[in-house]
Amino acid sequence: MSAAKNININLKIWRQKNANSKGSMETYKLDNVSTASSFLEMLDQLNEQLINEKKEPVAFDHDCREGICGMCSLYINGRAHGPDTGITTCQLHMRMFKDGDTIYIEPWRSKAFPVIKDLVVDRSAFDRIQQAGGFVSVNTSGNTIDANSIPVPKVDADKAFEAAACIGCGACVATCKNGSAMLFVGAKVSQYALLPQGKVEATQRVLNMVRQMDEEGFGNCTNTGACEIECPKGISLENIARMNREYLKASLK
Amino acid sequence: MKLDSKIPAGPLKDKWTNHKNHLKLVAPNNRPKIDIIVVGTGLAGASAAASLGEMGYNVKAFCFQDSPRRAHSIAAQGGINAAKNYQNDGDSVYRLFYDTIKGGDYRAREANVHRLAEVSGNIIDQCVAQGVPFAREYGGMLDNRSFGGTQVQRTFYAAGQTGQQLLLGAYSALSRQIGLGRVQMYNRHEMLELVKVDGKARGIIARNLITGEIERHSAHAVVIASGGYGNVYFLSTNAMGSNVTAGWKIHKQGALFANPCYVQIHPTCIPVHGTNQSKLTLMSESLRNSGRIWVPKKKEDAEAIRAGKLKPTQIAEEDRDYYLERRYPAFGNLVPRDVASRAAKERCDAGYGIEANDTNEGVYLDFSTEIQTKGRQTAYAKGNHNPTAEEITALGKQWLEEKYGNLFTMYQKITDENPYETPMKIYPAVHYTMGGVWVDYNLQSTIPGCFVAGEANFSDHGANRLGASALMQGLADGYFVLPYTISNYLADEIRTGKISTESPEFVEAESRVKDSISKFLNNNGTKSVDYFHKKLGNIMWNKVGMGRNEKGLTEAVAEIAQLKEDFYKDVYVPGSADELNPELEKALRVADFIELGQLMAMDALQRKESCGGHFREEYQDAEGETLRDDENFKFVGAWEYKGDDISKEELHKEELKYEEIKIAARNYK
Repeated sequence: MSAAKNININLKIWRQKNANSKGSMETYKLDNVSTASSFLEMLDQLNEQLINEKKEPVAFDHDCREGICGMCSLYINGRAHGPDTGITTCQLHMRMFKDGDTIYIEPWRSKAFPVIKDLVVDRSAFDRIQQAGGFVSVNTSGNTIDANSIPVPKVDADKAFEAAACIGCGACVATCKNGSAMLFVGAKVSQYALLPQGKVEATQRVLNMVRQMDEEGFGNCTNTGACEIECPKGISLENIARMNREYLKASLK
Repeated sequence: MKLDSKIPAGPLKDKWTNHKNHLKLVAPNNRPKIDIIVVGTGLAGASAAASLGEMGYNVKAFCFQDSPRRAHSIAAQGGINAAKNYQNDGDSVYRLFYDTIKGGDYRAREANVHRLAEVSGNIIDQCVAQGVPFAREYGGMLDNRSFGGTQVQRTFYAAGQTGQQLLLGAYSALSRQIGLGRVQMYNRHEMLELVKVDGKARGIIARNLITGEIERHSAHAVVIASGGYGNVYFLSTNAMGSNVTAGWKIHKQGALFANPCYVQIHPTCIPVHGTNQSKLTLMSESLRNSGRIWVPKKKEDAEAIRAGKLKPTQIAEEDRDYYLERRYPAFGNLVPRDVASRAAKERCDAGYGIEANDTNEGVYLDFSTEIQTKGRQTAYAKGNHNPTAEEITALGKQWLEEKYGNLFTMYQKITDENPYETPMKIYPAVHYTMGGVWVDYNLQSTIPGCFVAGEANFSDHGANRLGASALMQGLADGYFVLPYTISNYLADEIRTGKISTESPEFVEAESRVKDSISKFLNNNGTKSVDYFHKKLGNIMWNKVGMGRNEKGLTEAVAEIAQLKEDFYKDVYVPGSADELNPELEKALRVADFIELGQLMAMDALQRKESCGGHFREEYQDAEGETLRDDENFKFVGAWEYKGDDISKEELHKEELKYEEIKIAARNYK
């Protein structure tokens, strides 16, 4: 491990009391931040300082802090999940910053993700898209056929897994100039399109999920590819192409 | 109070089948008359809510996260066990049952564990049918690997993200039920109280975490599936929001809390980096299939490494102490988690730790042997029988990347070190809690109508949980056990009708919640919630951690009681009640952690033996292995709440009977 040291930083953070109030950037100074800390640990440190000063701490979403739950968000210096690639904000470490740096922290900004407070946004639109068709309709009885009676070619299984690895964090939406959710929806559609279990309902699934996506107010895809670049899980644009093919097929039926 | 485990009569292998055949049913046309509340939507809660919704009950599901997809089950990495014997290595329901009982150091209930092994196969069938993309072999069949504590390959996996894929499977089943209107989902809601009417669980009080509104929800039965309580230690591998509140509230309402001292310390976590550390990250146990664990043989080498004067790659093979392979030749690096954790602590306590911090706590997990072995194999498989050293290393690294790529990347992102080039540093950390709310065979707590599933109950793992067993238990409880046992209870409720939330019981429960909230907000103290949580964690880790002794535990009980007093006197909670207020959420949770922490110390103190995750330093053999006392401690210790003073809790004992398995000392040599 490169030796940890302490740095002093300046923070510009979006503060907004609730969905209905107007927000603004506020400035904070934070000293003695260990470069071994994670970005969220730095925010913990700031909040501890604010609480000690009897000021209200900054609200931000976080939970597992190991890059898998998808709860953390944050637009850092103009990038979803900050300056490193292939990671979530909880995996970003302060060694990426220098002594004296000014760091801008904002919430995900998208019409479909309204701000709840400070840096916390409402991503329940993703849940509603999933509820519209992101599943295989199988009874939860356990009385299904033996698992090995559905052979899946390794290549297909691996591809389905790569699509299924999406953590639903919303970085794709946040970074897209159109606020499009195509990468998220494409990943889900692809997972099932690639597996034999999902084939029976493929037509209805893609039509329903795309309809719900549009209803939620996400923008369209113009193939700029920013989503793929900022996706912490490396979900490929290929999934959007596959969803488009599935959608076309379904529409022609 | 008399504990009745309600274990069905008859031969062990027929108990569950016979029991199911005789449980009462609720006819499909009657199910819509019945409401069920499910608290928590991880593997156990999501699978239960989906299954109960599918059956036709009205289900209300609650989670504190913004979506059920975020539950901490998502972070489980390695895999899920099932007795399928796809690998033809002699696995069977009996062997999975046996390994689990032995792994739990003979402190689990035989009948529950056997049922778990029986339904394990169905879980895999169910998940595959749902489209969970498990790892496959080239022929299209499912792939398996092995985990600690077993000698067969029974673990199904999806790279290092098995928990994620299984949770997303359960979440998809749940989403389908939400879409169909059979499950109402309450995201960003926290259960803060259980409501009992005439002694039965009849609802909950929940707080909408966005608006702060206190809501009353009634039901004919309540399922608690809120996970484990490892965050009592502050630092653990649990998600930051994981808490014991739902379980602790029902405890205060009369549900017994069992074996709270059984905490699993996981051997392969990334060591602590410093004082600002907020949580710990686990590296999957599956890495122990390929990694060899060692520390330097010579103390001066360990010192030189800590001082930055030597690199681990400069230590010659003969100067490395592969202490697990040395002490446990039969299982080697795959000994169960409690054994591996204690062995690491033993080496670090003896001065061989390699981490350059004030604790020196760290050992190596080294993949260099595996790189050579697998690199050579791959070369041969490609027809290259004279590979160069460079070719072997490159192919070996490629093999590792395919198998564990995401874990290696994660390690590098956190530590800034490349584990393909230099060994990983690991150290044990709090991971999973085997204790939990006491439940009978039907997963019902001592409160009628209040069921507890998954990590939140105590039932299946005894004193230690084997790898890849948590996911199995969560899904077994939710998909395949609760739907039967809860229906048996609800069969008597079809004439009850809608339960009013206007009764005095609901009013009282709501005012209790509102009181505690306003007490915190008006406390006017000087210290943050985290300040107290860290203090608690410190006491717990040092005195109720990997090794415990009478003196430390006695001190811990007193220190935690004092901490509780200080907490209520001096905690400062900013903000107000009618908004998103994370500090208030934390304060309510930490209040429960403090009380539970004291109970954990009390439980550890009364258990004068060593077993599984509970290691009492006074009870060990000449070689430092655990010394159980089956004569006096072959019981589940279940605590009954007796009011505000936790030291007044009363211990009840459920004797454990072993009919099928001959109890023996656990031996992994």
